Amino acid sequence: MNLTLHIWRQKGPSDPGRMVTYQAKDVSPDQSFLEMLDVLNEDLILRGEDPVVFDHDCREGICGSCGMVINGVAHGPEQTTTCQLHMRSFKDGDSIYIEPWRADPFPVIRDLMVDRSAFDRVISAGGYVSINTGSAPEANSIPVRKEDADLAFDSATCIGCGACVAACKNASAMLFTSAKVAQLSRLPQGQVERKRRVLNMVEQMDKEGFGNCSNYQECEAVCPKGISTQNITVMNREYLRASLSGA
Amino acid sequence: MKVLEETLDARIPDGPIDQKWTRHQGELKLVAPNNKRKYSVIVVGTGLAGGSAAATLAELGYNVRSFCYQDSPRRAHSIAAQGGINACKNYQNDGDSVQRFFYDTIKGGDFRSREANVYRLTELSTNIIDQCVAQGVPFAREYGGTLDNRSFGGAQVSRTFYARGQTGQQLLLGCYQAMMRQVNAGKIKMYPRTEMLELVIANGRAIGIITRDMVTGKIEKHCADAVVLATGGYGNVFYLSTNAKGCNVTAAFRAYQQGAYFANPCYTQIHPTCIPPHGEHQSKLTLMSESLRNDGRVWVPIKPGDKRHPDQIPENERDYYLERLYPSYGNLAPRDISSRAAKKVCDEGRGVGPSGVGVYLDFRDAINRLGQKTIAAKYGNLFDMYQRITDEDPYKVPMRIYPASHYTMGGLWVDYNLMSNIPGLFVIGEANFSDHGANRLGASALLQGLVDGYFVLPYTIGDYFARFKKLDAGIDHPEFDQAEARAKDRVRTLLSINGKRTPDSFHRELGKIVWDKCGMARNADGLREAIAKIPEIRQEFWENVKVTGSGEELNIALEQAGRVADFIELGELMCRDALARNESCGGHFREEYQTEEGEALRDDENFCHVSNWKSNGPDAEPDLVIEPLVFEHVELATRSYK
Repeated sequence: MNLTLHIWRQKGPSDPGRMVTYQAKDVSPDQSFLEMLDVLNEDLILRGEDPVVFDHDCREGICGSCGMVINGVAHGPEQTTTCQLHMRSFKDGDSIYIEPWRADPFPVIRDLMVDRSAFDRVISAGGYVSINTGSAPEANSIPVRKEDADLAFDSATCIGCGACVAACKNASAMLFTSAKVAQLSRLPQGQVERKRRVLNMVEQMDKEGFGNCSNYQECEAVCPKGISTQNITVMNREYLRASLSGA
Repeated sequence: MKVLEETLDARIPDGPIDQKWTRHQGELKLVAPNNKRKYSVIVVGTGLAGGSAAATLAELGYNVRSFCYQDSPRRAHSIAAQGGINACKNYQNDGDSVQRFFYDTIKGGDFRSREANVYRLTELSTNIIDQCVAQGVPFAREYGGTLDNRSFGGAQVSRTFYARGQTGQQLLLGCYQAMMRQVNAGKIKMYPRTEMLELVIANGRAIGIITRDMVTGKIEKHCADAVVLATGGYGNVFYLSTNAKGCNVTAAFRAYQQGAYFANPCYTQIHPTCIPPHGEHQSKLTLMSESLRNDGRVWVPIKPGDKRHPDQIPENERDYYLERLYPSYGNLAPRDISSRAAKKVCDEGRGVGPSGVGVYLDFRDAINRLGQKTIAAKYGNLFDMYQRITDEDPYKVPMRIYPASHYTMGGLWVDYNLMSNIPGLFVIGEANFSDHGANRLGASALLQGLVDGYFVLPYTIGDYFARFKKLDAGIDHPEFDQAEARAKDRVRTLLSINGKRTPDSFHRELGKIVWDKCGMARNADGLREAIAKIPEIRQEFWENVKVTGSGEELNIALEQAGRVADFIELGELMCRDALARNESCGGHFREEYQTEEGEALRDDENFCHVSNWKSNGPDAEPDLVIEPLVFEHVELATRSYK
């Protein structure tokens, strides 16, 4: 099929950026979205132009690298990562608008690539269990109810792609942060630092310039891993508990 | 090819195998806690090996600088490992033990791995589970709250710990979080979006690296008391593989060019359960976890060219060939055996799907036996992924799978301390060659990465620091200028060629040759052909590649070109290694050496060794240095899974 692509091109963070139109010809419906862009990039290189820059790596929906806003929706029309979006989701003759994640805490590096290091700093503020290597007790000496383990797992599946932030009109990172808070608060291993963790992570989140949650639930709608906004409820409760009782 | 008379000292401790590591730990020299902060370590790569090493070294008090090409250490490709991690906890009471795990791994590697290293790997496996559980890794649990297990290819016990189909992700996030804790503590300085371009050696020791900041293009010098490469494997040499797009061999290959030995490059693992390729512009292959083979049955039609829908093929016209050929292991036969069996039935014209390269992985019987709900709970995310990619519902029609390049057992040579032949250069995880021999069993890659990073390197690196006088080199050392000049020169050359072909087009051409001639099966004629052809590709590459843009900016064409250049040279080395090994073993199947039944035929008399290659520059043949493998605790036996 033949498509018209309108792609955001921006040289660097201080460049104003603009939409540029390209034609994509003979696109196979079995191609992934990124493979379609790969073909465009090879053409651009042969024409002596700079290829379109985007983040990607595993191309199987798990590393969380890729992400772009496609026709106004983070990761595009299917609820999956951009690398797992296939061209069969589009029709011959379609126009497709491709833009980077837009949020102040995610500055554009170039074209569709943005800087998500704020997420690393949020985790760094407390998203872990402070256990040194080699000092762990026997694994089965910490039993975990299957239900708790499963719930913790549901939260732990977050891949840190940032679609939640891109989809939120407040650029809130609460879905991302709450997933880690909820995971660790449900496990016995996370109890010791439970209060300090949520206070520190929320503080860091605010410092990075992410906004607050105002219950639009756009984040859940675009999350490729189906992370539930229930996590945000858990985090709010954890935060309240920690603030009231003191960490 | 010249065989050098050099002896490589693997520093394997004396004594009974079950006491070697304990005894060695007692003999390793220590660095006092207050002195550790005087030492700095560079760790390249942040997967399970690099991440766990960086976190642990920082916890011990060393100053760590950690480098990755991704935007965050959490994205390293270890994250994509699905199935599980092996450990002989014997929680199932099914007879597992260190000895049994050790034997399975040695046998699985077709008796081409180093006994002492493998024993240590299996011995430390139990600590790894303890460590990850304590970090909050949400492993699957039984209703009683204890850990659950499942079984994987090549084993008759259930020793695989798993977190749904995302074990790699959960383990990687565990060590990523441990790393971020040390970033917060100021003990790790993180360099994301940074690529290593050169290794710096002075007075025979590794003292630093040259990197390129992939955002600004700035070439930088970094010195340290030791350099650790945890850069993964080179499976992307085939172009299409299950590796992430960015996985590359550059760091390891540059170390090779600086004198590090490259061991067994021809050993690549072809994974049997990958989604078959669909077209010319495909960028990568997607793996379906091996754990699916616990419940999925592999089959093809008995009649060649049978194009009927699978539902229309009655039971007596199906060939469940793995169950037929290997009744004891059946669908859980090891990866090399299963892959070759799939290739064989496809070569016979019995392959399925539009391309004819594919076999069925069928869940019909399991769904009838256990119900769709149970299957969905076990493998749901994998089924969804399959449907997304192929547009077929695997609950209704069997999955189609075909083997693909997955993991590389070869890598830089290391001794028992995980140090290469260049003092101060340590190599861990998939980047080294040591633990898997000629084939890797499932669920053992995650294990090796974590064992190396959490429990081996942190002990052995201290011994290196304690034994060697600290070098006060700094980046003013002249070797840094030379290495920087090499890196800059390479970038400049790539940008100046301005030819007519994209870097990717060379990669595809190379990949096809290496897959055809040095893939699932090889023979001497094909390998000679490849060894003649690849230098031609290399020459054309350096005359006709087109790289747009400049070096002082984010330049993805430049990144690709640099990596493809190294893959071309490595591809040639793989073929040379495959040609020199006149036997079949594990993932290395030389067609001239097989039994009447088509199984691999080893030659223990002449090839029970590690082949190490020493570079003489790109235009000269490399030399061979042999490390004989000594088996004291297991008897070399013909591998049988019948």
